[in-house]
Amino acid sequence: MLEIEDLHVKIGDREVLHDIDLTIREGETHVLMGPNGSGKTTLLRAIMGFSGLEVTKGTIRFKGKDITGMPIHERAKMGIGMLFQRPPTVSGLKLGKLLAVTSGDRAGMVSEYARFLHMDGFMDRAINLGFSGGEIKRSEVLQLMVQQPDFVMLDEPESGVDLENITLIGNAIARLLEKDVHIVNRKKSGLVITHTGYILDYLDADFGHVMCDGVFRCHGNPREILKVIKTSGYKECLACQKI
Amino acid sequence: MPEDLGKMSELSPEDREKLTLTGLEVEMKNREGSFFQVDQEIRQWTSLNEGIEVLPIHEALRKYDWLSAYSWNLVKGDKDQYTKYVADQPEPRGFVIIARKGSKTIYPLQACLFLARSPVQHVHNIIIAEEGAELHIISGCASASYTKTGSHIGVTEFYVGKGARVTSTMIHNWGEEISVFPRSAARVEEDGVFISNYVCMQPVRKVQMAPFVELAGRNAVALFSSIVVCTPGSNMDLGSVARLTAEGSSAELVTRAITTGGTIISRGMIEGVSRHTKGHIECRGLILRDGVIHAIPEIKGNVVDTELSHEAAVGKIARDEIEYLMSRGLDEDVATATIIRGFLDVKIAGLPNALQAQIDAAIDAAERSGF
Repeated sequence: MLEIEDLHVKIGDREVLHDIDLTIREGETHVLMGPNGSGKTTLLRAIMGFSGLEVTKGTIRFKGKDITGMPIHERAKMGIGMLFQRPPTVSGLKLGKLLAVTSGDRAGMVSEYARFLHMDGFMDRAINLGFSGGEIKRSEVLQLMVQQPDFVMLDEPESGVDLENITLIGNAIARLLEKDVHIVNRKKSGLVITHTGYILDYLDADFGHVMCDGVFRCHGNPREILKVIKTSGYKECLACQKI
Repeated sequence: MPEDLGKMSELSPEDREKLTLTGLEVEMKNREGSFFQVDQEIRQWTSLNEGIEVLPIHEALRKYDWLSAYSWNLVKGDKDQYTKYVADQPEPRGFVIIARKGSKTIYPLQACLFLARSPVQHVHNIIIAEEGAELHIISGCASASYTKTGSHIGVTEFYVGKGARVTSTMIHNWGEEISVFPRSAARVEEDGVFISNYVCMQPVRKVQMAPFVELAGRNAVALFSSIVVCTPGSNMDLGSVARLTAEGSSAELVTRAITTGGTIISRGMIEGVSRHTKGHIECRGLILRDGVIHAIPEIKGNVVDTELSHEAAVGKIARDEIEYLMSRGLDEDVATATIIRGFLDVKIAGLPNALQAQIDAAIDAAERSGF
């Protein structure tokens, strides 16, 4: 599904991602952990194709195609979707209007998804304007459910969300990633940034990666990695010489 | 009384289309009254509501002696060269609308002021909503497709009685070399509500206006909204002035301005004269192509217990907003247009659906033409 090879990314004059290799196959969910400022969000933004950063070396391939220089909307159309940790407020643009534009042949499903996420009362509200932390994340997940991407990137889906909303969001994300589908038939893949690991209760992630200072310091079982981080912090990862 | 509703349909298809874009219903569907003036010739006037009278001003002044006290009362004839020009006319033209006590309109009355062959069109309008009346007016102002130059000077005096509610929606569709100088003022009595909307999405050489409202009665409310797109060569000097004279009164002045190369000056002034008054000015401007948006919000408080505020923001569409929508699959042009459409999408509380739909249609037309 996604193959990243020898990726180097600069922001301004500073290289913030170095020598990144990552392969995510169809049906897999990967978890990305790491201290604040280690480059996790930058990696997601580079995969989505946002401006403000520059890929100086390496390639990003999606579904077998090199998308390294492709515009954002074409990547989205190919099947990449992203849940933003802090999405911008688009004042004036109603959530319902955006969903009407993006839903295409899934227009009939918008109401059902909105009810599922308790967002049916938000259709006439400007996107993210005055939304609480939980409402922002529910709005993000709703947009992704309407978009139905094949590869879902989730940037801290549980941050700023209360426990009740985490259950709701966790279940919705599990639907997005086809966790209810037998592993053999599962097509959707994901890359999830988490600090707390709460979201893993809903996702059954397959692989975990730790990023520090723009490089991967560990790959392995996500729950094992999380246990080490919770016990010893990231210093254990920094000291680790496995990779 | 001439009631030939077909008069407007005598216009060319092109001009009918121009009028339709200003919200005029040539076939009078969903309208409770109408007034139609071409240059200085009043072609048609009618009211389908028994509680509401629509008359040409010269006839109204002849018919009602008391009306002279309302004429040149809120707008002074010597205010400036434009009011003086209108006041000096031996044969005044324009309309008078009187909504009798307790009368209500469900659908709006429409006033069409059409500039065809005269170099100058002048109108003087008086609108009176008596106690408890509810009146909705849509004024569509346009010039004929063959009219390249000219000026329109319109003086309008609004009297909003105790507990009355008046909405006035003005949609302009002039030509590139037409200059427009509306001069209007309103007085709102106790518990009265005055909602004034101005929409101009099409080229115009110059528009200059600063409607004034005095909230003269306790708890009177005024809301002014301006939604404009200013094209290259256009110059719009738009303002609204509200004086919170009575206790408990409030005013809100909202502007959404886009320039694609023209110059917009957006003024707003609220003066809190009495206690327990509130006023807010909001001006947001988008510069899509090099042009000028100059926001000048002013607030002046004269007493304790008046709460006045303003916010103004001028700039371009934020890149992160465009890319956010692109990440949902919209290409850059569609993402940009979607944000612009949202920017202009001001829903005006208290405005009848038919009039909101008319404003939306004017914006839709501008959106289709790529702003």
